[in-house]
Amino acid sequence: MSDGLINLTIDGAPVSVPPGTLVIEAAKQAGVLVPHYCYHPGLPVAGVCRMCLVEIEKAPKLQIACATTVTEGMVVKTQAPAAKDARQSVLEFLLINHPLDCPICDQAGECELQDFVFQEGQPGTRYGEFAKRFNPVEDFGPDVLYVPNRCILCTRCVRFMEDVAKEPVLNVSERGDRAFIGIHPEARLDHPWAGNVVDLCPVGSLLSKDFLHKARAWELDKTASVCTGCSQGCNITLDTRDEVVVRVRPRPNLDINRYFICDHGRMHYRWMNRGDRIEAPLVRKDGALHATDWDEAFARVLAILRGASGKAVALVSPGASSEALAAAKRLLSGFTWTGAFQVVMGEEAPLAGVPNLALRAERAPNAKGAEQLGYTRDYAQALAAAKSAAVVLVLDEPDCPVETDGALIYAGTVLGEDAACRRADVVLPIANVAEEEGTFTNRDGRDQRYYQAKPAPGMAQPAAWVLGQLAQAMGLAEVQ
Amino acid sequence: MGYPHKSHPKETVVLSQYFGDADARTFKGWTKRGGYEALAQALKMDPVAVTDVVKESGLRGRGGAGFPTGLKWSFMPKEKKKPHYLCVNADESEPGTFKDREIMRWTPHALLEGTAIAAHAIRAEVAYIYIRGEFTEPWTIMERALAEANAADVFGAIRIHLHRGAGAYICGEETALMNSIEGKRGNPRIKPPFPAAAGLFGLPTTINNVETLAAVPHILKRGAAWYKGLCLSNPKSTGTKLFSVCGHVQRPGNYEVTMGFPLKDLLYDMCGGPPPGRTLKACIPGGSSVPILTREETEACLLDYEGVVASGSMLGSGGVIVFDDSADMVYQIMRLARFYAHESCAQCTQCREGTAWTTKIMERILAGQGKPKDLDLLLDLSENMTGKTICVLSDSCAAPIVSGIKKFRGEFEAYLAGKKQSVMVS
Repeated sequence: MSDGLINLTIDGAPVSVPPGTLVIEAAKQAGVLVPHYCYHPGLPVAGVCRMCLVEIEKAPKLQIACATTVTEGMVVKTQAPAAKDARQSVLEFLLINHPLDCPICDQAGECELQDFVFQEGQPGTRYGEFAKRFNPVEDFGPDVLYVPNRCILCTRCVRFMEDVAKEPVLNVSERGDRAFIGIHPEARLDHPWAGNVVDLCPVGSLLSKDFLHKARAWELDKTASVCTGCSQGCNITLDTRDEVVVRVRPRPNLDINRYFICDHGRMHYRWMNRGDRIEAPLVRKDGALHATDWDEAFARVLAILRGASGKAVALVSPGASSEALAAAKRLLSGFTWTGAFQVVMGEEAPLAGVPNLALRAERAPNAKGAEQLGYTRDYAQALAAAKSAAVVLVLDEPDCPVETDGALIYAGTVLGEDAACRRADVVLPIANVAEEEGTFTNRDGRDQRYYQAKPAPGMAQPAAWVLGQLAQAMGLAEVQ
Repeated sequence: MGYPHKSHPKETVVLSQYFGDADARTFKGWTKRGGYEALAQALKMDPVAVTDVVKESGLRGRGGAGFPTGLKWSFMPKEKKKPHYLCVNADESEPGTFKDREIMRWTPHALLEGTAIAAHAIRAEVAYIYIRGEFTEPWTIMERALAEANAADVFGAIRIHLHRGAGAYICGEETALMNSIEGKRGNPRIKPPFPAAAGLFGLPTTINNVETLAAVPHILKRGAAWYKGLCLSNPKSTGTKLFSVCGHVQRPGNYEVTMGFPLKDLLYDMCGGPPPGRTLKACIPGGSSVPILTREETEACLLDYEGVVASGSMLGSGGVIVFDDSADMVYQIMRLARFYAHESCAQCTQCREGTAWTTKIMERILAGQGKPKDLDLLLDLSENMTGKTICVLSDSCAAPIVSGIKKFRGEFEAYLAGKKQSVMVS
């Protein structure tokens, strides 16, 4: 006790946790996941599903692990016969009105009802021929469908909207076995963070329309990433199926986004799957861009850089990785250098119940990183300077209205029909955020790594690699 | 019992003394009968002293649980840092119970006086009386009585509010009642925290039943020793208790008897027993939530907290439901299960699904379509519904099922064997 920790035993394993810890959280430290539905660490405790019943020595009855705080010397037995029986009976009760339509349910494969029934349930049913409860599917909001038949009334969605989003539009309507999740008759589930109810739902009752019937959970590859929707830097998982990003889900990070992401970030992935990508390096020959290999493209860039001197301008995307931004700066370090970026601004949308969490007005993931590397926000001035610069490098700014009398190098993912960058001398195909590994610095200065979720198309390579190779060939030292 | 019948000589009339006496409803009439003397006396006393008197009297909660009232009051924080609240549970919805209704109908000032004394004892500024929504007449009477008492300024600094329920049985559960007063859905809360630590609006709260509080002025006026002396059996159960007798008896109604009174005498002497030509078959002694007693158990039962437990049931709210030999126990139990299925708040899985499932099985048995395994299934479901939920509604549904099957198994089996005409269940 000298270290201020509470010592207890869970399934025979000694655990020491801070005072006030819930048994269900202490159990995680012992490597025990107590089955549960209504409990979620990001929501207030409800204690209603009664699934996490465990035996605690000296307690007269089984206790719910989610609402019991640890005490010194407590002995918890999650596998005691009485506790297992009680949980099995809860599963039986939950299943009597459940449609068991797993084959057509989006949640199948990542469903907590499936998981715990598989783990602790019993085969067969004693419910017999009684009709199951039926309610029609309801359209809750722009991206949320409610399938009441699958609902186990854990109330996570209700508590999220009430206590975290602070927009209480959902409730439990009716009583007894007629109960269902109701929505205010004049409201829609259109809060900018409402999509989290889909992730929170332990079963397939709240579904994303965007993901509806798109993929089975077991077909998905999951990659740790960082959201590019704004400068908050929410941790996300990119779910890919056959090398296509099909879903974005929050990845818990208690310091940044807790367990949530906003709907803007959730929907901000389609561009990662764009088909109109630059797949090969292009070089200007006889006034037109021609596809070539990396060697020729590199040779052309090196020739341009070696043959020029004076002013260089880099117009970069605040969505590029810090590594790419550093390499770009390094590549141009032989010149009088100006680097600038511009950020698309939107409306700020805070999540009321979590401090310092919002969809930020600044809709770019790495503006802070660019700033720290010496890039300025004075985009207009940099554009003007580009006019007379010897070399201009545009990094992943497909719509950049660049004009220059010098050489233009464009490293990008796409190249529009009328893009100013079509006038480039060399076009270098680069990978997008889902196709590379890199680092973003969020608005609070936190550096966060993201990982590659799918291969880049054609010959495209990560910008950091492309620009780094060039800088190395130029014999330029890393800039600090 | 006063209204509509005269008191029976075997009754000990304390709370029901003025039942049927319309003049006692008025402030003037009540003060003429010695009303509000106890309150004036209490307001001059230290709150701890008031609590001590009630503790000494042995008064226990009349709502069903039988928790010692003085002890409950003493759980309130000793050092007052936040406002304290008193809640009065007048959401009397337990099937078979109608004692609080009569207290409010005939002696509203007794309740108000007891409320004010309790508020003083727990140092609460505000008391809420939560009255069942269906109680239109008691509501009107209570409103009038409160207005009169307020006009006479008898409560000192204590403010009493009436709050009307909207017809949910579960709002009689103490924490659901608090949620309901707060304007939320009437769902029971998980405990801890207990109301004395964080109750109404998250502040220290005590909640008492109407009958409990109506007894408090008498205790203060006549002394703890007098109340303690009202005891026929176990010294842990003192005072008088109102029993609401309904069902197959000749004179149903509210009867006030001393704790420890034989149930047999209540049913046969006071209530006149079953109608002529019929015999007693079963009895639920404490409102629908407690186990059913057979005739033999009923006739041996003593009416106090321990006595009824010894007989295999619970004193509960004192709602005595009597069945004679014409009663179909299977049908009666189905009605009880259906009531709980209707009233389950839907929070806990076992209760939400279990009460409804139990009802469906009961209906199936009555319809002549029961399965041989249904009784075992009912017992197993009841076991799974007992002691595992936030409140005891689920347990309450299981209690009559378990005791019913245990004690009247033959009636169930007759349905299962097709020996009994199926009953249309609507």
